[in-house]
Amino acid sequence: MSSPSHYDVAIIGAGMSGLAAGIRLAHFGRRVCILERHSKLGGLNSFYRLDGRKFDVGLHAMTNFVPEGVRGTPLGKLLRQLRIERGEFALCPQKQSRVVFGSTGKTELRFTNDFSVLEAEIAAKFPAQIDGFRRLADLVRSYGDRVFDVPQVSARQVVREYFSDPLLEDMMFCPLMYYGSARERDMDLSQFVIMFRALFLEGFARPLEGVRLVIRVLLEKYQAAGGECRMRCGVARIVEREGRAAALVLDGGAEITADHVISSIGAAETLALCDPMVGGGLAVASAPSGMGILPMSAALGQRHGQDARATIGRRLSFVESIRVLKHQPGELGWGSDTIVFFNDSDRFDYARPAQQVDLRSGVICLPNNFDFGGAELPEGWLRVTCLADYDQWIGLPEERYRADKLRWLDESTRSARRFLPEISDATLAAETIATDLFTPRTITRFTGHLEGAVYGAPGKTPDGRTHLKNLYLCGTDQGLLGIVGAMLSGISMANQHILQPEIRGA
Amino acid sequence: MTKDDCKKLVTEIIADIAPDEDLSNLKPDVRLRDQLQLDSMDFLDIVMELRKRHGIEVPEADYIQLASLESCAEYLTPKFNALEGKR
Ligand SMILES: Cc1cc2nc3c(=O)[nH]c(=O)nc-3n(C[C@H](O)[C@H](O)[C@H](O)COP(=O)(O)OP(=O)(O)OC[C@H]3O[C@@H](n4cnc5c(N)ncnc54)[C@H](O)[C@@H]3O)c2cc1C
Repeated sequence: MSSPSHYDVAIIGAGMSGLAAGIRLAHFGRRVCILERHSKLGGLNSFYRLDGRKFDVGLHAMTNFVPEGVRGTPLGKLLRQLRIERGEFALCPQKQSRVVFGSTGKTELRFTNDFSVLEAEIAAKFPAQIDGFRRLADLVRSYGDRVFDVPQVSARQVVREYFSDPLLEDMMFCPLMYYGSARERDMDLSQFVIMFRALFLEGFARPLEGVRLVIRVLLEKYQAAGGECRMRCGVARIVEREGRAAALVLDGGAEITADHVISSIGAAETLALCDPMVGGGLAVASAPSGMGILPMSAALGQRHGQDARATIGRRLSFVESIRVLKHQPGELGWGSDTIVFFNDSDRFDYARPAQQVDLRSGVICLPNNFDFGGAELPEGWLRVTCLADYDQWIGLPEERYRADKLRWLDESTRSARRFLPEISDATLAAETIATDLFTPRTITRFTGHLEGAVYGAPGKTPDGRTHLKNLYLCGTDQGLLGIVGAMLSGISMANQHILQPEIRGA
Repeated sequence: MTKDDCKKLVTEIIADIAPDEDLSNLKPDVRLRDQLQLDSMDFLDIVMELRKRHGIEVPEADYIQLASLESCAEYLTPKFNALEGKR
């Protein structure tokens, strides 16, 4: 079985999760090939070039940042497992972030990578709730590593046992949902615990160079370990035989085989590649939005019951506007916020919007405002993320699509500016060197994720198993989200399904 | 191979797996878990590195033998020597 097109493991997708899985397997001597349809690595967290300038796609901030010497956290685990030295990611901590609510930004909670700052803010602004908040933080800490021990219950319900003020409840959920909820309006308690820890107990950081550095480090590790990566090489079909993924048919028509296949492209997306005759004929890719997750539950044998799935909603997508500025945001008077989570309404509504874009809430990222230790990004950047409805973006004629991009670029910036110190329209116009907006359509086009989903389908498959014995999921639909989550997902699926069983058989 | 050689090899593996740990004062007779922040993923890696670097197989049932440096040496030295004998 040592033909050039046979591998121990084939990995579909060179995003963060696929690369991390690849590093583990190649390091331990497996013959691994990552197949990536796009011409660039990184997937949801990639970069592109426009008018000679490099734009990062994802990466507002890497979560889970802890200072050197703090051990036993997800960041430390992932560095160890991938044999990456801490310095290689060159992570620079955030300055400060805020959650701001109310149409005029009336209520605000500042937080940094030092948890006591958030505690003090809550003590000052919600004095009646601080004891409950501390007990909630203790609950989160008490799970330690054992997030799989967290009961499968609604996080909203649990949080309400700790504090009674709906405003504080929403202000807690807003950042955690934006940075890691695939589910509308609520989170599973386990995901809440993971994200609370990732954002509040740990914190934000990024390399000065952005996501490209992270991708480069991952690729170097992978290649040094002997891994192979084929770019512009999508998987068109998974051939099923006797309950196994027997072969992968590539976009060009060639076939490769592998003992194991790990797919990072999403559960329904993976199923759609499987033989249409098997697996119940799932034309998932073309199913109308919102229905995509339902037909697959039977085939995947998911643990979530159908009823539960119906209530956890639809895939969520976003627009992100990017504005390049002549000066650093601080010099323009925008202060030193790194990330600002905002909401202008009575309640925070994290859901697929009825409009094309939901301007009521969002996330502002000023990537210049990390503590780069004296260095700075050469240009200023303002990024704004808002919830968006895939359906209202996908069918547009080209001209209308371009016009809508411009319109929402403007409107989302305007909405976000309500929560930053004021600068005039004229100043902003004079400062702006370049802009772009990417949309649910962009996400689907470049990553293949159905409905522009950034965090995958609302229902997850924590054990990564599929209807085929040797086909496993990692990444967004396995359930660990964000950059750090994706890498941990790739690591744990490679360990659990491939490395551990082989040792066990020793 | 002596038991001390064996401890050295195991320490080298731990140093590569967990470069953020200080191994200079490791007590051979105290459980590794009690001195270092090692979880089950790290123990998996110790076993896999032993296999990768030295061709030593540690079946899952014997993981308990890797508790301390001393017990590692006790358990692994004969395995190393048996392998050398074959070469
Ligand atoms: C705008 C934006 C901002 C973000 N900001 C942050 C942030 O600040 N912090 C954070 O932690 N996370 C952030 N994220 C989320 C983070 O990017 C993702 O959670 C993570 O990158 C997911 O990685 P993945 O490996 O699971 O999936 P992906 O990155 O989607 O990997 C899947 C890969 O598979 C490829 N593929 C698809 N179909 C095929 C096929 N048939 N054959 C071959 N290849 C295929 C795709 O091209 C892609 O490269 C952001 C995401 C977006 C979109």
